[in-house]
Formats: sequence, C-alpha cells, structure tokens
Amino acid sequence: MISLRKLAIAGAALVVLAGLSGCGEKEQVVVYQQGKYQGKPDTRPWDDDPGTSLYTTSKWNKGDKSSWETALKSRNQNQNEYVRIGE
Amino acid sequence: MARMKFLCDAERCIECNGCVTACKQENEVPWGVNRRRVVTLNDGIPGEKSMSVACMHCSDAPCMAVCPVDCFYRTDEGVVLHDKDMCIGCGYCFYACPFGAPQFPQAGAFGMRGKMDKCTFCAGGPEPDNSKEEFAKYGSNRLAQGKLPACAEMCSTKALLGGDGDVIADIFRQRALTRGKGSEVWGWGTAYGKPDHPQQQAPKEAKS
Repeated sequence: MISLRKLAIAGAALVVLAGLSGCGEKEQVVVYQQGKYQGKPDTRPWDDDPGTSLYTTSKWNKGDKSSWETALKSRNQNQNEYVRIGE
Repeated sequence: MARMKFLCDAERCIECNGCVTACKQENEVPWGVNRRRVVTLNDGIPGEKSMSVACMHCSDAPCMAVCPVDCFYRTDEGVVLHDKDMCIGCGYCFYACPFGAPQFPQAGAFGMRGKMDKCTFCAGGPEPDNSKEEFAKYGSNRLAQGKLPACAEMCSTKALLGGDGDVIADIFRQRALTRGKGSEVWGWGTAYGKPDHPQQQAPKEAKS
C-alpha cells in the first residue's frame, strides 16, 4: 500500500517537473537573416516572366535578379523630373 | 540592390490624396482600410506641410518583432510582408508600429477585428505572384510585373518617391540641391518663377 507521504513526494516531483518544463521553451524572437524570407515561402519577383505582365514596359530575363534590378532602376528614373523633362 | 523605400518630400506634397486614391484603386482596398494616408501639419497656416504616410518597410520592423504568430517576413528587396493565413488579428502590430500602418477591417459580423492589412509596397504576398488568390488577399503585385508602387508612380508632383533606396535618395538629393532650402523653396518665386534680372529696376511710370 502506498503511503500518504510517498504520494505527496510523487505529487511534488510532478509539480517540479511541470514547472521545469517551461524552461525548455524554444526561442521566440525573430531571427533576422539577410536575404532570407524567415522560412516563409514566396516567389521572387524576378522569377516571373515579364511577358505575362500587363502594360509593363520593364523587360528582364526570367530568373535573373540583376536584370530585374536594372529594369526597376531605369523605371525609377521616371520619378526624376530632371531626367524626364530636363533642368 | 539596396532596400526598397518610400521617401516623401514635404516641400512638394500638395495634399491631393492622389497616392491614397491610386493605392485604393490598384489594390481594391475596402472602405475603412487606409494603407496610405496624407497627414498635414499646421493645417491652414502658411507654410503648412503635408506628408504621405504608409508602411515604411522598416529595416528592423517592430511589427515583426511583436507578432505572436510570426506571420511577417522580409523579402530580399527589404519589403516587409505578412501572411494573412497565419495572422490572428490580435492588433499587436498596430500598437508596435510608429506609423499606424497596420489596418484592421471592421466590416465583418459583429464589428470584429479582421486580419491585418497593410501596404505591401505593391509586392503582394506569399501566394503565387499575380494570382487571383494573391490579389484578393494582398492586392496587386507590381514588383513582379517590373513596376513600382502605384502611389509613387501616380504622384502628380513627384513628392512621393518609391523604389530602390539608393536611387530615390539620389533623385531627392539632386532635387534638393537644385531648388535650395529655406524660404525660397515655396512661395511666389517657386509658383510663378523668379525674375531673370533681379537687380534690374522696374520701369518708372510716366507722370500724367
């Protein structure tokens, strides 16, 4: 027959174990990594075919990041009135 | 490429709300949700300043840090996006954001707070680019179309610049150096042009 004392010790041990289980909590702070999407899936914009876009004047090679960046940089100059209409 | 950024030139913004309209139209944003808005300081006082504000796509975004379900992510271009399937609409990001960018639709049943909606820099979301699902949840994905955000491209005075941080910084620098600073930036001279020969005396009127 299990004595009351043993039962109390077992109960206390369970409580301690349950309390300690909180210490095993994993890191919840977002880890910022340059060039990563933090584990979230999303298509890169340069992976799209420019031909499928409507009304766009930008042209780049599908999957080529640098050509997409160049296309966007040249389009960015449309916001520069000194380029568009001169000084 | 540097990070994608917005830059609003307060000297040029005329509070026309064209950027707000462009954003609403491009992304079919519902009533009650304002991804972009124009804020005016000292309204009605000469020299008032207006500024178009939306998500600033922070390099160290507080919304990302506080999100309990970690639904945010940052793309290679520095655009802060979120996954609406993971969002629980708790509103922590709204409290954390210094710009009030996160918006919550309240048109649903019982006025409950819906999933967070914010400016995506016209870069859509996790769904396949330019798909119907992506448009329904996040709006247009103009970056994947080789375009820049509609608000910046539609700005009539080009006060709002949007795009690669280095490029728009160069545009703004050239502009600021050309126009100068201080009182000559706004006023009669800017609106109607400056006299070609400021030292020249005006012709005297003949006495009758």
